Amino acid sequence: MRFEYAPAPESASIVDIRSSYGLFVGGEFTDAKDGELFKTINPASEDVLAEVVSAGPSDVDSAVAAARDAYDNRWRDLPGAERAKYLFRLARLIQERSRELAVLESIDNGKPIRESRDVDLPLVAAHFFYYAGWADKLRYAVPGRQPRPIGVAAQVIPWNFPLLMLAWKIAPALAAGNTVVLKPAETTPLTALHFAQLCQQADLPPGVVNIVTGAGETGRLLVEHPGVDKVAFTGSTEVGRAIARAVAGTRKRLTLELGGKAANIVFDDAPVDQAVEGIVNGIFFNQGHVCCAGSRLLVQESVADEVLDALKRRMATLRVGDPLDKNTDVGAINSAAQLARIRELSDVGTAEGAQRWSAPCELPERGFWFVPTIFTGVSQAHRIAREEIFGPVLSVLTFRTPAEAVEKANNTPYGLSAGVWTEKGSRILAIADQLRAGVVWANTFNKFDPTAPFGGYKESGYGREGGRQGLEAYLA
Amino acid sequence: MTSSVADLSDVARSAATLRGFLHGLPGVDQVGAEARAAALATRSIKTTAKARGIDLAIRMVDLTTLEGADTPGKVRALCAKARRPDPTDPSCPSVAAVCVYPSMVATAVDAVAGSAIHVASVATAFPSGQAPLAVKLADTRAAVSDGADEIDMVINRGAFLSGRYLDVYEEIVAVREACGEAHLKVILETGELATYDNVRRASWLAMLAGADFIKTSTGKVSPAATLPVTLVMLEAVRDFRSATGRTVGVKPAGGIRTTKDALRYLVLVNETAGEDWLDPDRFRFGASSLLNDLLLQRDKLATGRYSGPDYVTLD
Repeated sequence: MRFEYAPAPESASIVDIRSSYGLFVGGEFTDAKDGELFKTINPASEDVLAEVVSAGPSDVDSAVAAARDAYDNRWRDLPGAERAKYLFRLARLIQERSRELAVLESIDNGKPIRESRDVDLPLVAAHFFYYAGWADKLRYAVPGRQPRPIGVAAQVIPWNFPLLMLAWKIAPALAAGNTVVLKPAETTPLTALHFAQLCQQADLPPGVVNIVTGAGETGRLLVEHPGVDKVAFTGSTEVGRAIARAVAGTRKRLTLELGGKAANIVFDDAPVDQAVEGIVNGIFFNQGHVCCAGSRLLVQESVADEVLDALKRRMATLRVGDPLDKNTDVGAINSAAQLARIRELSDVGTAEGAQRWSAPCELPERGFWFVPTIFTGVSQAHRIAREEIFGPVLSVLTFRTPAEAVEKANNTPYGLSAGVWTEKGSRILAIADQLRAGVVWANTFNKFDPTAPFGGYKESGYGREGGRQGLEAYLA
Repeated sequence: MTSSVADLSDVARSAATLRGFLHGLPGVDQVGAEARAAALATRSIKTTAKARGIDLAIRMVDLTTLEGADTPGKVRALCAKARRPDPTDPSCPSVAAVCVYPSMVATAVDAVAGSAIHVASVATAFPSGQAPLAVKLADTRAAVSDGADEIDMVINRGAFLSGRYLDVYEEIVAVREACGEAHLKVILETGELATYDNVRRASWLAMLAGADFIKTSTGKVSPAATLPVTLVMLEAVRDFRSATGRTVGVKPAGGIRTTKDALRYLVLVNETAGEDWLDPDRFRFGASSLLNDLLLQRDKLATGRYSGPDYVTLD
């Protein structure tokens, strides 16, 4: 019997989206001084959601000045235990308003509500709780030296996990006694602006958190601003390079969390059904808009057919569509530009001779969508095995021996994450030891925890976020 | 699974080949299996899907009474309930079967005569299975000769856990033969097998030996049916069919009490083994109190309001 699931949409009425938003500077929403307005849309319908400001030079100046004022007069010298109270308060407010924030995240970003509700929001709250706990224990975070904050942090975050990346940036910065000016991505500014409302609700001292919206130019103004002491960026390697150049020779400290092309290695003794789940979760989680996505599957030749058959069977059950439907597994691609990039690289894959297979599913007519797709017969020389696609597209390669698996896994300019699937514990340890990746998952993938440091090797960036290590980026 | 039919025909040639085969099955990662089952449990089944799911679940119930205190009167009442679960609504389907002890089979057969309801009997020294093989076979034959058309046997967990897989296999084959035309459900008692690797091995062992259904539990051991255990068994029947072409059913039993639980199992079936198993011939619920909750929810969907326990009948 066919068992069709009736639509089960989460109600959008819980969130009140304003028609326009200003900038959040010095604890108030302010109109732009020299910035222009632009529209943010729902990628699942292409409907306009709200107008936001593209902050100009004077806007960035005021935000940095507000952060400096707050740093000097209201935050730096506040006892850690007092800073912790604000962070705990923010964490609790995030929990209280998590449904509203999850719905807003899904509307602005396109990710399924199942993920924003069950993954993003719980992690966002957990990050604030975790770093709240550190605020009065910084002496134990950096044994042997007196921890001091750095000053004003300029933080530029991407569109794939808007609120979670905000949490990764703001929670440790504030715990360590810094103040921040954060710029969310131009396609996903809304949850950051609603987080600003939470800061007001929490009575956070004015200027400790400032949110300036805008695109690349606003980001450039912010990171190059002379009043900034610390720059933290998560995004593409290309932009990361430009920021590194801009910051070079200044007093500014820099951490970068950039792209990836992670190898997910499946050995012949892997638990096949769970490995298939891990492959799916590795590349189709958040539409593949994940810097640490398992976008290269390395599967041992002796089980390749079996694993690929099982993977295709599993992919056929993926439910692509309305992000607000509680049964949706794969939502909308975040923007037209990203969709074009995914299409372009997929076409390159076909042109290079890899075999393309897509899950059988119908896509909505409006909005930006891409069917979950795998390429088999991919070799290391193919562009789709080297370049980050940042979409629901998996490149499948095979290997014969553990040594070959490691060699292929490491043969990439990136080094953010990797996965190992085997029932043999000793092999997990041996392989993980040889992989040049900041995060190695064993018999799981895309699992995050505020206590675990996250960051990359090589062109995936430097610095760590999360854990005690995540504090070091914000302590002098 | 890519093995062909020929590969499996002589797997049980010796204790060594059988052991080699069962231990060669891919392992089950406990964390991953439980995470998958938990993720599927978040599916939201509403309105029309819920209505169809409830009716399907009712048709899949093996309405069960397995108590020392069972009497012919109790069994007749159960059978009446099985025929017409909701006496006020003729559109409400009957359940798949009634499930009783061997001594009650004749009573049950009489009571369901003329309907499509099957009579299932537990056998083979249920629930422990701790009896000589001859006794187990006699138990089975008695139930079949009284008219049971489905036999729910228990495997020899002692032999399984001590690695004597061939003993378990041969016992199932013998019971299978004693069943004659009756369908054989093999109870793995997963609560005593302890690991998902064991559940997968026992599932394959039972299927290789000729089971028509594999069933989680007797209901007398805790934990009984769980979503992850059922997930592993559904993967096994799915893989067994691609290997051999033969379709084996799955029956979770024990501990499934609410409509929400039942719908979660149906989602698990739908997204693991597939729609071919969404059929009372391929999937059953071993339950008793579940039926009344299904009826309450069915009534709620139809009328928009909850009635109450006095508006559904006692078994």
